[in-house]
Amino acid sequence: MAEELLRKTFQVRGRDFDKAGETAAEIKQILKGLGIDSGLIHRAVVIAFEAEMNVVMYASEGTITFVLTDEDIRLEITDNGPGIENIEMALTEGFSTASDEMREMGFGFGMGLPNIRKNSDGFNIESQVGVGTTVAAMIGLDSSA
Amino acid sequence: MRLAEIKDVLQCEVLTGQEDLSAEVQTVVASDGMSEILAFARPGALMLTGLTNIQSVRTADIANVRAIVYIRGKRPDKKVIDLAREKNIPILATGLGMFDVCGMLRELGLRGGM
Repeated sequence: MAEELLRKTFQVRGRDFDKAGETAAEIKQILKGLGIDSGLIHRAVVIAFEAEMNVVMYASEGTITFVLTDEDIRLEITDNGPGIENIEMALTEGFSTASDEMREMGFGFGMGLPNIRKNSDGFNIESQVGVGTTVAAMIGLDSSA
Repeated sequence: MRLAEIKDVLQCEVLTGQEDLSAEVQTVVASDGMSEILAFARPGALMLTGLTNIQSVRTADIANVRAIVYIRGKRPDKKVIDLAREKNIPILATGLGMFDVCGMLRELGLRGGM
């Protein structure tokens, strides 16, 4: 069993574009402070940032839970957004349900979830239409960038 | 290539980070889509974008971008410049378009992240 060293849960407010990305930046500072390998930090914060943007764009609220164990970095992102009808499509690069407003923000080009999966060693997504979405990502501390 | 040289070639205005223009960059990532920046930027890359909102700076920070060049004469708000200053990310602004900027930097020996 992996030993849990650190656990932190952050609240993310939907539609708050000014603050969107602050949680990922905070996780970056925590990991840097712990002396984690920069390649692993890069992967973890790209996951956190893409997931945070998804919450801000699609949901009214959500949480990002960051866990560091002696074996891995885990991120779990849960939101109360509209849910994803077709997860397989949502994981396809280029597929997007984004609005023009989201695209004007520089997001919603169908690369968010694929970017999250690409940077993860373990990845899971569960979603229920009308209820919300939970994304879980894991990066092994001994994995290479 | 030093940021100061890039500034001269692209006739940039420096919006923040004047003191960091001696920094070197070797690779460039260019997009208005932030996920593309996150996917393809090498650490320490120069980022070219026409997106001047606060997410451009947050993306640059997450992707470990060395500096941002805003193209097409676009200018960010003050809060965007303030965040870049806080994150030590120099911001340059040029009136040139994306195609010309990419072509000029490539001729000077800079390369993409792939």
